[in-house]
Amino acid sequence: MCTLEQRGRVFVLTLTGDGEHRLGHPLIASIRSALASVLAAAQAQPQGPGAALVTVAEGRFFSNGLDVGRAGGSRARLRELVDAFRPIAADLLALPMPTVAAVTGHASAAGLLLALCHDYRLMRADRGVLYMGLPLPPYVARLLRAKITQAHALRDVALRGRKLRAPEAREMGIVDAVCAGAPETAAEAVKLAEQLAAREWDGAVYASIRVSTFPDACRAVGIAVESDEEKSRHFASRL
Amino acid sequence: RSPNPRMDKRTMCTVEKRGRVHLITLTGAGEHRLSPSLISALRSALATVRASPSAGALVLAAEGKYFSNGFDQAWARTVPPHLHDSMRGAFRALVADLLALPMPTVAAVTGHAAAAGCALALAHDSVVMRASRGFLYMSEVDVGLKFADYFGELLRQKVPDAAARRDMVLGGNKMTAAEAVRLGIVDAAADGGVEDVVAAAVAAAEGLAARGWDGEVVAEIRKAMWPAVWGKVKDHPAAARPRL
Repeated sequence: MCTLEQRGRVFVLTLTGDGEHRLGHPLIASIRSALASVLAAAQAQPQGPGAALVTVAEGRFFSNGLDVGRAGGSRARLRELVDAFRPIAADLLALPMPTVAAVTGHASAAGLLLALCHDYRLMRADRGVLYMGLPLPPYVARLLRAKITQAHALRDVALRGRKLRAPEAREMGIVDAVCAGAPETAAEAVKLAEQLAAREWDGAVYASIRVSTFPDACRAVGIAVESDEEKSRHFASRL
Repeated sequence: RSPNPRMDKRTMCTVEKRGRVHLITLTGAGEHRLSPSLISALRSALATVRASPSAGALVLAAEGKYFSNGFDQAWARTVPPHLHDSMRGAFRALVADLLALPMPTVAAVTGHAAAAGCALALAHDSVVMRASRGFLYMSEVDVGLKFADYFGELLRQKVPDAAARRDMVLGGNKMTAAEAVRLGIVDAAADGGVEDVVAAAVAAAEGLAARGWDGEVVAEIRKAMWPAVWGKVKDHPAAARPRL
């Protein structure tokens, strides 16, 4: 399902195996468990050296979306999985460290969303498309609006179901860098994560700034926004 | 150019008229840290400008190497925490003053603008930035400071591109004038020194003032274009106008 390893300052979460990495309950639970471990490690060392997360996948797919096929595509099942994915978005958007998605294959629907919930996206040039096909539940629409901001990009992705290869995705600001193939994408993602971790940012501050920057998307997935009083107290403590 | 710019009693900023343009200059070679004193001086200067009878435009500029390097944390260290709000709250009120100003506003970013100093620049309608020197820098991530909620809205308004915004606030990138122009965050980069940047900003402001727009209409349109920021800064308890 997924593995988690630590390489120096970088946590690497790998969606394992050659399949589509469809997000059903088992994989969702596995990812949440891995992210909980990352969070615990970060919180154990709040003043510790910086850290960063890379999410990568084996095989031809980054993730082909929610696992809707099984029950014959019932609306109830779809609804259930849409609700189950939301906490992953929250976990990622609240993670107290920079996050990098190494899009090593096709990323569609919830798979694209998974990539978008990271701070940075690197994608392989030689294969793979980004694609948003399904109807958009409210929190999904708010996430897309927060992260896809270039003129026409949101319309093309959400309203026209446009399939984007890496170079186009980069032009549209959806992907930050394009790498030759899957191994290069993974390696560059880890390198970027190391550079970000080396900045030794305060994780709680980093996460707080992320929430301040994408407040609507964060509220949409259930992340609590800090009060002014809490921030004032933090300001005083930092002097 | 008026020969005797009016000096604020603490000489932290001057106000002068150049044609139709009201030019406020943060004086001295220092970092123009946004202390309660400087914020109060700025708010007084804006009150003076607001009271002026003729239509015009505003330019805010600074002397020296810095436009502003942000909040005065050194001052904050010398007072008990409950007084920090007098600085942070006063800055919120200053932003409200700028958003409600009944004339076009231009920031002349003559030097480094960091954290609240960067927010101050971006709270203007247009920005002219020195080409050869100086950065826009949201330093909070590097320094370990969280954002007031309206900072996030201000950045979202002025840096609509999600990746550019992420690079600034979550990457701590120091942005040059050329990059800022390319990304549309800043309207123009001006070659030369501080005075050249000020002259360019004043020329831009003069062009806007010459349109003869109704100032109250300008203010209402601006607030309507920036509802998220305006909503968070108006009606703040510290927004009571200072005495001249």
